[in-house]
Amino acid sequence: MSKPLEVPTMDMENKEVLRRIEISGDMLLNMGPQHPSTHGVINFLVQTDGEVMKRAIPEVGYLHRSLEKIGERCTYNGYMPYTDRVDYIAAMFANQGWAMAVERLLGMQIPRRAEYCRVIACELNRISSHLISVGTMAMDIGAVTPFPYALREREFINDLLEELCGARLTYNYLRIGGVAFDLPSGYEDKVSTFLDHFEKILDEFNRLITYNEIFIKRLAHLAPIPAQMAIDYCLVGPNLRACGLSFDVRKALPYSVYPDFQFDVPVGKGEVGTMGDAWDRFWCRVEEMRQSCRILRQALAQLPKDSQIMGKVPRKIKIPEGTEAYSRIESARGDMQYYVVAGPGENAHRVKIRTGSFTAMGIIDALSRGLMIADLVALIASLDVVAPEIDR
Amino acid sequence: MTFEEIQQRLAGKFGERIGALSPANKDPFLVVQAADIVEICRYAKEDEALAFDCLMNLSTIDWPKRNQIEVVYHLWSYRRRHAFVLKVQLDRAKPEIASIESLWKSADWLEREQYDLMGVQFTGHPDLRRIMMPDDWVGNPLRKDYAEQAQWHNITTTRDNSLEGYVRLDELKKKAAEAAAASKKELPQ
Repeated sequence: MSKPLEVPTMDMENKEVLRRIEISGDMLLNMGPQHPSTHGVINFLVQTDGEVMKRAIPEVGYLHRSLEKIGERCTYNGYMPYTDRVDYIAAMFANQGWAMAVERLLGMQIPRRAEYCRVIACELNRISSHLISVGTMAMDIGAVTPFPYALREREFINDLLEELCGARLTYNYLRIGGVAFDLPSGYEDKVSTFLDHFEKILDEFNRLITYNEIFIKRLAHLAPIPAQMAIDYCLVGPNLRACGLSFDVRKALPYSVYPDFQFDVPVGKGEVGTMGDAWDRFWCRVEEMRQSCRILRQALAQLPKDSQIMGKVPRKIKIPEGTEAYSRIESARGDMQYYVVAGPGENAHRVKIRTGSFTAMGIIDALSRGLMIADLVALIASLDVVAPEIDR
Repeated sequence: MTFEEIQQRLAGKFGERIGALSPANKDPFLVVQAADIVEICRYAKEDEALAFDCLMNLSTIDWPKRNQIEVVYHLWSYRRRHAFVLKVQLDRAKPEIASIESLWKSADWLEREQYDLMGVQFTGHPDLRRIMMPDDWVGNPLRKDYAEQAQWHNITTTRDNSLEGYVRLDELKKKAAEAAAASKKELPQ
């Protein structure tokens, strides 16, 4: 039973990554995996000459939980709770992507009220996810005050989402064919009370940090990404829009009931620096929260009065083998895509999840050349990567 | 452009090398030869009408029954706002295909992921090494016949089932009652 503990010895000579870097007077730093500003367990191999980086190579995979393999073994319904873990900060979107892919396989429509419930849940989740993003980004570059401000607002949303589905993290509200529960009584009033409060806070947040002189000086012109490069590396979501490209899946490829709503797509303008710099990415997220508020208000006003929240889903979902479906949704971290191939029984043959953080990590190596080490922290934070979403 | 129009434009350029679209399916796709993939992708990217400037997804599917591994390319054009799906069927024993990293940079990490998890060799990739699993991991986890190694650097990959040998309380009571009933029956003899 109790074997003597053997300390594993790693053969460093065979570590490909270490071998690739020629250390000639440069310093090789391991930033991570347990670094507070890498937003999860990510390692960066930083080759530096003093303060200036020559290269930062991201090493991911520490949080690989083989979610795609699990997807091949679970039933379609049984996989739903696992999708929360793809992106724990914005779990509703991962739910929605999976639900939409399977609904597409089944070729079914879901009730209108359920679509509205989904939009309300997702947009609340988008605000809470962006609050984490902007709060931690401010903290990472040294402004500690905005972080508790952002988290305080997130607590209100957590209360709202808890009332909806019972969880404060890894929310699991959506189901294949609809949503799990109807909105609780008086929920519309609670959300609109929160929105009245939150829209003022957003202005305050802008005064406190977004247009703060020091903050602008710190982030303007930092790591700008040209639009062509962003497309080439397949950046998505606010990171892409900050580069000046107006592309939002909710507008460009409308899904759910998003065509019913009026909202703008915030696009980086290079207001204080270069277009597509870290400040633009920050600003895009702040503005997106405002747009989410607009969508929420319209969704609450237009909410259908009937009470049907689940479509007709077969008890055992069986789909002809080899049928495939692709779903694209606008997650808090951008274009999230599910590619599902149906298997012979009640489970999928292959599930592939393409997330925004994964492609955003791929660009860091190219962007890091010539940056300061302290700027790497700001760069990671401005791309809003979430470690479990990279590794899945 | 619709899928059919894109397929026809590709067929106009490459002739017989472009087959028909997949049979009526939920989402259509086009199967092409592995040797043509770089050429077709380059045309799809550089042609003014197609203008596929983004590789948004690259995945692989293992089909042990057909002895095939399929590589699936999801292309997207931000300029034209249309999508297309290309598929390549490879031999399962030796899956090898040319890398398209030189066309779209996003292919760098996406190909590394498929190399790691499915074991597809992308020839010409500048930095093909494992991305999710450790460098010295054995096997490709997304293969259907994958068997996990028992341990990695003396770290076991399995756990004892704590429920093994566990008997439920009501089953214990049931057994005791059965034993009592059996001993009662024995008494008259």
